[in-house]
Amino acid sequence: MTSIISDINKTFDHRIRLGIMSVLMVNDSVDFNRLKELLEVTDGNLASHIKALETSEYITIRKQFIGKKPNTTYEATLLGKQTFARHLAALEQLIKTSK
Amino acid sequence: MADSFLFIYFEFQSSFMENEKYLAQLQEIQSMMQKSSKFLSLSGISGILAGTYALIGAGIVYSMRERLTSSIRFDSAEFITIVVTAILVMVLSLATGIIFSIRKARKKQEVVWNQVSRLFIMNFMVPLITGGLFAIILISKGAIGLVSPVTLLFYGLSLVSASRYSYETLRNLGFIFIILGLLNSLYIGYGLYFWMFGFGVCHIFYGAYMYLKYDYKK
Repeated sequence: MTSIISDINKTFDHRIRLGIMSVLMVNDSVDFNRLKELLEVTDGNLASHIKALETSEYITIRKQFIGKKPNTTYEATLLGKQTFARHLAALEQLIKTSK
Repeated sequence: MADSFLFIYFEFQSSFMENEKYLAQLQEIQSMMQKSSKFLSLSGISGILAGTYALIGAGIVYSMRERLTSSIRFDSAEFITIVVTAILVMVLSLATGIIFSIRKARKKQEVVWNQVSRLFIMNFMVPLITGGLFAIILISKGAIGLVSPVTLLFYGLSLVSASRYSYETLRNLGFIFIILGLLNSLYIGYGLYFWMFGFGVCHIFYGAYMYLKYDYKK
């Protein structure tokens, strides 16, 4: 039981951070506006949660230009994907054992 | 004694609430993964209508079957009628698909044109346009009998490749078209019947199945 609890990650314990990671698990890369549209949040709110995930090195930010327009996309790192997968497995385990 | 009971009660209460929270998190993850990677605004009704157009089109071609011979001329009225009918059926089907998808997305308050729908259309159109061009080349070379199996095969491939970005069951419909295409290539000359069954009957059944499964309840 203790090992399950240790896999529950506090970084993901928020709707928006959980949402960002879920999206990046199944999409190679996603831009800011797409995340905003999916999670239905304000710019500032989304930016602060992205910053938190970036600080934990769970996602990387890629800045590039499409023509003359700057475009920022986000990707999950290997560490981020592994940690999130463990978090997900722990959630499932907790619910299974409690039933 | 009372203290320990109280403790057990709170322990129970808090673990119950924790579980509720985890369950909500799991559901949130699942819905976000699906919403962000699947184009789910396809409507079953557009499948039913596309099938109906195909059957009407096939009916028009069938009604002039006596005048169709293997040595049909490209400038004959019959040949032009067949080509115009086929193009009309395709354009109407695509337009219906687009209109009903926009409607369904609006109802769900979602944006239709996004990363996933672009990927869906890309994966759908690449095999479809390849097959279409190949069919035109076959006609120009006089291999009319192969046109029907080729269109069935490439349409099946379109569905299989696009299904990654939409309902997974779309893949099964794709497999049916591929099988029909292969069978048709063994029985050249029966293209119209394979077409009627594939584009007509299969579309209608599949559209009805999709409609009942995903749209009707909502």
